[in-house]
Amino acid sequence: MDWFYSHRYTVGVVVGVIFGIMSRLNMLRTDYRQYPTYPHGKIIHISLGVIAAGLGAVAVPALLEKNYTAVTFLSLAAQQFRDVRNMERQSLTKVDELELVPRGSAYIEGIAMVFEGRNYLVIFSAFVASLFSICFAWYWGIVAGILSIFVANMFKTGKNLESIADIEHVPIRLEGPDLFVGSIYIMNIGLEDTRQIIQKQALGYIIKPKNRNSRVTLANLGQRQAILHDISTLFGVYRDTGEPSLMPMAKLNLNTGELGLLLLPQEKDADKVKTALHRIPVLESAVRKPSEAGVNQQKGG
Amino acid sequence: MSQILAIVTLDKDQVAGGAPIFAVATKEEQQKVSFTLEKILDANAHDLKNGNIILVKHN
Repeated sequence: MDWFYSHRYTVGVVVGVIFGIMSRLNMLRTDYRQYPTYPHGKIIHISLGVIAAGLGAVAVPALLEKNYTAVTFLSLAAQQFRDVRNMERQSLTKVDELELVPRGSAYIEGIAMVFEGRNYLVIFSAFVASLFSICFAWYWGIVAGILSIFVANMFKTGKNLESIADIEHVPIRLEGPDLFVGSIYIMNIGLEDTRQIIQKQALGYIIKPKNRNSRVTLANLGQRQAILHDISTLFGVYRDTGEPSLMPMAKLNLNTGELGLLLLPQEKDADKVKTALHRIPVLESAVRKPSEAGVNQQKGG
Repeated sequence: MSQILAIVTLDKDQVAGGAPIFAVATKEEQQKVSFTLEKILDANAHDLKNGNIILVKHN
């Protein structure tokens, strides 16, 4: 026990770094979106996670030794991680040009923001684990580290479409060249050939917002593009260059705020697509809260 | 901004102006020409429901 006490700073930093890295690994999941790409994208982010963990863990002994200037290097870290965000934004924007159904800049911004935010969560985990190890005992550091990972996890997941809207599968309808999903006009298709393909291949959905806040979110063009992109990633897209009319689309019913979706999945399974739609992430940048505004809280508002 | 790249018409008297005009005799021919133009120009074919199909490049 004496050894642990006399080496408490070292122990604290080691525990902090370990939990920081564990926290990063826990938040670094390459799912269906295959982003970050494997293996090099992952290596980049694990390395940055190690740096973040180190910074968070070392900050505690620096503070306890009253070495306040040393803490200012955290600002350096912030700068560093802003660059991470920039890097992600740039590379995703470049890649997006060659996607059949692009992610859209709002989705890209969301992803880039997540990368920056998660590095701060790593610093937080490492800081907490290190603090508890040094101030109390190494095992308390481990307990605090585990708890901090849970906290980080809580911040990791945002809302999904299910929580803001009801989703309904509706048939698509062609009236001459005009294409409707339910009652929502989508587009005009001039070619008979394309009409037949769409009739055969397309799926229609209506997304009904649950309240006035979600109505604004669904109207956001970035959010709509994110929905189209995610479904195309999951089920493929019946589309190619030179086929401009075969384009998944989302249009609003202006009177009700409902969103009509025309999807062209390669794997046409209405139930699976519906389930997937429920799990589409809501973009942070698309969230608005008009209901919180004073003007909307007055009587009858 | 969207731009009309070509017009495929059944009635040549109806159209004039800046975009190239392709006059055709029947609806079948109109579909065939529009189909080919759509693939070549990578522009959407839209039916104006008055005998004209326009090819529009959307951004």
